[in-house]
Amino acid sequence: MSKMNFSRRGVLKTGAIAGAGLTLPTYLRADAHAGFTNAPTGSTVKLGFNVPQTGPYAQEGLDELDAYYLAVEHLNGGGDGGMLNTFSSKVLDGTGILGKKVEYVTGDTQTKSDVARASAQSMIQKDGVVMVTGGSSSGVAVAVQSLCQEAGVIFMAALTHSNDTTGKDRKRNGFRYFFNAYMSGAALAPVLSNVYGNERRAYHLTADYTWGWTQEESIKASTEALGWETVQTVRTPVGAGDFSSYIAPVLNSGADTLILNHYGGDMVNSLTQAVQFGLRDKMVNGKQFEVIVPLYSELMAAGAGANIQGVYGSMNWNWQLQDAGTQAFVKSFGEKYGRPPSGSAHTAYVQTILYADAVTRAGTFNPCGVVEALEDFEFDGMGIGQTLYRGSDHQCFKDVLIMKGADNPTNQYDTLEIVEVTPRAQVEYPDDHPMFAGGELGACNPGA
Amino acid sequence: MDAIILQILNGLDKGSAYALIALGLTLIFGTLGVVNFAHGALFMIGAFCAVSLSRLLQLSYTTIDETQKDFLGKPLKVETAYVESWFGPELGSAIIDWAVPLAILLTIPVMLFVGYAMERGLIKHFYKRPHADQILVTFGLAIVLQEVIKYFFGANPIPTPAPSAYVGSLDFGVMLGFDPNVIIYPYWRLVYFLFSLIIIGAVFAFLQFTTFGMVVRAGMADRETVGLLGIDIDKRFTLMFGIAAAVAGLAGVMYTPILSPNYHMGMDFLVLSFVVVVVGGMGSLPGAVLAGFLLGVLQSFASMNEIKAIIPGIDQIIIYLVAIVILLTRPRGLMGRKGVMED
Repeated sequence: MSKMNFSRRGVLKTGAIAGAGLTLPTYLRADAHAGFTNAPTGSTVKLGFNVPQTGPYAQEGLDELDAYYLAVEHLNGGGDGGMLNTFSSKVLDGTGILGKKVEYVTGDTQTKSDVARASAQSMIQKDGVVMVTGGSSSGVAVAVQSLCQEAGVIFMAALTHSNDTTGKDRKRNGFRYFFNAYMSGAALAPVLSNVYGNERRAYHLTADYTWGWTQEESIKASTEALGWETVQTVRTPVGAGDFSSYIAPVLNSGADTLILNHYGGDMVNSLTQAVQFGLRDKMVNGKQFEVIVPLYSELMAAGAGANIQGVYGSMNWNWQLQDAGTQAFVKSFGEKYGRPPSGSAHTAYVQTILYADAVTRAGTFNPCGVVEALEDFEFDGMGIGQTLYRGSDHQCFKDVLIMKGADNPTNQYDTLEIVEVTPRAQVEYPDDHPMFAGGELGACNPGA
Repeated sequence: MDAIILQILNGLDKGSAYALIALGLTLIFGTLGVVNFAHGALFMIGAFCAVSLSRLLQLSYTTIDETQKDFLGKPLKVETAYVESWFGPELGSAIIDWAVPLAILLTIPVMLFVGYAMERGLIKHFYKRPHADQILVTFGLAIVLQEVIKYFFGANPIPTPAPSAYVGSLDFGVMLGFDPNVIIYPYWRLVYFLFSLIIIGAVFAFLQFTTFGMVVRAGMADRETVGLLGIDIDKRFTLMFGIAAAVAGLAGVMYTPILSPNYHMGMDFLVLSFVVVVVGGMGSLPGAVLAGFLLGVLQSFASMNEIKAIIPGIDQIIIYLVAIVILLTRPRGLMGRKGVMED
């Protein structure tokens, strides 16, 4: 006969421990009953859209946000379905994700890593999101990706172009659809060689953080391989506003090409000021002075106005492409917001759909299941041809667009023209390439 | 040599903005004894006067042009500005093109009113309070003002270009005997520099050659004695607050083609302008102007690659470094008066 030994103190102690356990934040105890962080239990599932709504990259962030709203609408069966109709995977049926209605929370990263981390942390701990997506700065994306890895949720990076995001800072829980600085360099170099020849002297102005550094390294390597000489590389603070004191020294540096490794509002200001200083009217070394913006966006082009005419750059995607996926997305976005979507908006939309698709194919919200479904996933119909989510570094591989500022824009959206679609094979690289070395994906973290 | 001339020119337009803001700050401090942390916000409000007028002039009606298609393949909606339909396309587009200079006419009354309302409505209640209280309340006011602007105009910079006649640059080098395209200076920056000289000259002339200015200067030197002579010095000082606000506002209006206005541009300039005031000497108007130009030019020099190669990052700290050196060697600043901010 067993002896039951209950004491009043013992019962109180056990009760207190159990009570404390139940009042813990969801993400800490979720694993105990569902095996991963923020396992959705009701009829809804929540996603976190963490974008810059203020700061130098705010315009990109706000466009991303509009695309996220559209993606949620399509996932929940609203609107015309957009790219769900053209996506090669056919598991999404407009009933949310795994039958759960999609809800969302938004955050303002202010283009600052610490603010972005705090915002993502609040989304995970307080709002119970299963996936965080966003970014318009690689510094932010790297910081949030690392947080998501620790917390055990998926991070679907939106606008981040630094090699480091899927290079030395790659994480198993993080995925990038956007192209990277190496790809920009590899795609741009042959076009620059054709247009400007192989004897140029380049001066770089570079945003002083991870994206700027890796873009400078990539463009420098690819242009020097053409035979170009790099005269000087100068780092500039993000959000400097007035770049005139950095542009003035370019005038007499002996350089005949200015490469602006700037983005968003910074690029608009630096390009405008470079034009104000008459750089594009100069003849140096017997050649016309040229400006190159390796990473373009439609929003930047609109901000820079006539200053971008004839300026070359690269893009991940553009609304003027003629494939069925692009046309479906431009129609949905254009009818909802009255303007064509930017490349940032496209990436934001596609990443949300890809996440939903991966969850559905995996049959679970468990991040490890999602990781498995996304790794080496090959798809089409999302706007820029056959695309591979490479399993070894979580980088998407697809064609890259080379753009030029339109010489004779016919309307306010006709700011850029597609010069060339560089085939995927030309921008591929091994995952241990020196520019991406030093990173390990590590193990998937479900939050256990 | 050419690089040095280029950086001097480059520093002058930045220095012009610092000098104009610092001049206003010193006027307020010298007359009312208030440390006005909302002065940067006045610069920002001035810039947004230009944005507002530009938007007002571009108010338009929509017509459908069946012959053209938009990006969705639908008939194109064509926007026509009312100004263009009232005055004809040529004159109308010229008026829109000149929105920034025209905004000066709007800014002066708006800023005089804002300055007057600010002084009468809030700041006068803090005259007898410690400087710390004045700093806190004006800093709070600056935050409120920038949030109001953010609410109405959004968080993003709003491009506000100069008139097309001033787009492009002057080949300054040719005038000095250098080769063409060696020393180039954008027209609008030159306009801004000349504009700031005119404003600074006008403020000094006003204080130096008018009876009103004489009374204000007397009040700055000895407020009580002027009061004992039966002069209502408070009323004059209130007007000086309005004038200081107008100077900051005008500095902001004309700066919009150089830097697209955003809601926090005032804060960016405020801190630097305070350093300018301290370096120039608290309460000294010529000191504020001199220090403004000096620090603008030094900041430009610090951005030169040759300097940065010796001391990396110097371009970010030069102003504060100079402030430390000057305060250590001349604690009252370059042209500071004895007794100001000293117990």
